[in-house]
Amino acid sequence: MTHRAVTLGVVMSGVAVLLAACGGSSVSGPSKGPTSIGKGEGALNIIVWAGYAEYGATDPTVNWVTPFQQQTGCKTNPKIAGTSDEMVSLMQTGQYDGVSASGNATLRLMVGGNVAPVNVDLIDNYKDINPALKDQPYNTYQGTHYGIPHGWGANLLMWRTDLVNPAPTSWGAVFDPNSPYKGKVTAYDDPIYIADAALYLKKTQPSLGITDVYELTQPQFTAAVNLLKQQRTVIGQYWSDYTKTQAAFANGDTLIGTTWQVITNLLLSNKPPTPVQAIVPSEGSTGWSDTWMVSSQAAHPNCMYMWMNYITSPKVQSQVAQWFGEAPANPKACAIISQTDSNFCTTYHVNDTQFLSSLALWKVPLKNCGDSRGNVCMSYQDWLTAWTDIKG
Amino acid sequence: MAPSVPLPPGFGHRIARTISRHSKLRLIALLTPPLGWLVLLYLGSLGVLLAAAFWHYDSDITFSITKTFSLENFQQLLADPTYRTIALRTIIIASLVTITDAIIAFPIAFAMSKMAGPRLKAVLGVAVLMPLWTSYLVKILAWRLILSAGGVLNGVLRPFHLSGPGFGDVAVYLVLAYIWLPYMILPLAAGFERVPNSLIEASSDLGARTWATFRRVVLPLVLPGLVAGSIFTFSLTLGDYIAVSQVSSTQFIGSVIYSNQGVSGDLPLAAAFAVVPVIVMLLYLGGARRLGAFEAL
Repeated sequence: MTHRAVTLGVVMSGVAVLLAACGGSSVSGPSKGPTSIGKGEGALNIIVWAGYAEYGATDPTVNWVTPFQQQTGCKTNPKIAGTSDEMVSLMQTGQYDGVSASGNATLRLMVGGNVAPVNVDLIDNYKDINPALKDQPYNTYQGTHYGIPHGWGANLLMWRTDLVNPAPTSWGAVFDPNSPYKGKVTAYDDPIYIADAALYLKKTQPSLGITDVYELTQPQFTAAVNLLKQQRTVIGQYWSDYTKTQAAFANGDTLIGTTWQVITNLLLSNKPPTPVQAIVPSEGSTGWSDTWMVSSQAAHPNCMYMWMNYITSPKVQSQVAQWFGEAPANPKACAIISQTDSNFCTTYHVNDTQFLSSLALWKVPLKNCGDSRGNVCMSYQDWLTAWTDIKG
Repeated sequence: MAPSVPLPPGFGHRIARTISRHSKLRLIALLTPPLGWLVLLYLGSLGVLLAAAFWHYDSDITFSITKTFSLENFQQLLADPTYRTIALRTIIIASLVTITDAIIAFPIAFAMSKMAGPRLKAVLGVAVLMPLWTSYLVKILAWRLILSAGGVLNGVLRPFHLSGPGFGDVAVYLVLAYIWLPYMILPLAAGFERVPNSLIEASSDLGARTWATFRRVVLPLVLPGLVAGSIFTFSLTLGDYIAVSQVSSTQFIGSVIYSNQGVSGDLPLAAAFAVVPVIVMLLYLGGARRLGAFEAL
């Protein structure tokens, strides 16, 4: 690329950012993001899930931020967010360049104009990303790409192996109103958890005809909400902060409930290890696929593009996936991971497209069911109100 | 002719002279910054909050707020019994916290201002203030350790075959009663300071028993301090959502307001619900005024 083209690219991306910033919620027009990545701005402020941007603070040997800084000169400030709510609130400040958003927040960010369209052609590693993760409702809106897939995983059922007998195999263990673990059951504290109840009903009550656990008609939704109201009586604590649920499992306040692999890993790395096990139950599971998105008000868009390319490279993907405990979005990472852990990519079903398609990945529920049913599904606001009612 | 001031008659100098000659100007200059702060930032943001409560939020297609007047947020709050339960729960816990703190604070405040010598008074003062030097969050997390299943409280109670309340409404009550206690003790102690010892002695000289002296002499005189303290404990409990989120899974007014931020972004509904504690506090302050709590201020 000639010098002039680079300059033009910088100017263009600057203009695009300015336009996006001024336009606020405007996503109209054929804007597809910048046409080239300019020179790095020397800094990068990103909102991340814990474990996505390690710089040696948690474990001195776990560090992929420092090499990125050395390669690009982008001084990286990761801001850890504990919940999707927090991520959206932080993105709304406009002070960050990007975010590793989950599917229950991405639509809100895309439609709300908080994130800018992403030109995926500028990300060299995009071509290697698992095709099943591309062009999905949680990263693409009306045909426009808004981000680069990072990694995915299932919501798991975890229990204390020393205190829960027999070992559960079904989500029924957390929906049983006569559970012997009454008061020690946990569930994810987010409206999106209603989908977990719908998933259980999809298998146990086929007469409801649930097809998509995020697009529920009124009778389906009511059944799921009633199941959760019944579950409320056995819940000790809901969790949204992963450190809180980690502590609750460690000291026995919680014995069984939904979790993420990273929490299981942290509990097993306790000294002494907390005896826990986590599985995908027989009914299958809901899950998440996280997406790197660029803020529409990013002050350092070039560094953000460099980061998105860096974090999806096979080497870094292998580091993040192993540290966090998730399937890397770039399956090429498996070649590197298998050098040290030959079972990892099988355990996480990285190349198992059937498993991936069986997971109900988080997305924002809309009134428009997205199929022949039309506008009869419950909107996200209905989910939020129902969640308030369930918790009481 | 008076000797002229050796300074050149500059503009700033003239202003200084004008201000020093006019006491009203002095008062205006003194009060404008703090009052401006109060009116613009405090009442201004309260006004925005009230206005936002009437806006419309489209949660389905645009996720944006439309600034058109409607009562839909209040209708939703009134139609759904859950919000009523949550508001009621918050008010009940706030009342219980206030009553408990008043009962605990009374003897401490009395001892501090009426019984203790200067040295003990200083020690008690520091002891009351000390918890305020610790972060609010640290105190809550300490309570999590106390109340958790394998925690300190259960360890102490186990020999008696009892167990603690665990996390829930009782935990919220305990934690908030603990955290806000200094805010009750300090105004109450200041209230006791203003009760002349001679009145207590006179009451007992005239034959009043301890209880009668307390009820008919001391209590009316410390009422302003008690009300001031209760305004703190009551309003702080009404608005708390962090302690609530750490030691319980039940919802309070603050937690509902918080959960309407972020992904859902329904600020109008949050604003409408935030009007509830404002109304409760206005009623509370009105009641306190009728009790004559502000006359001695």
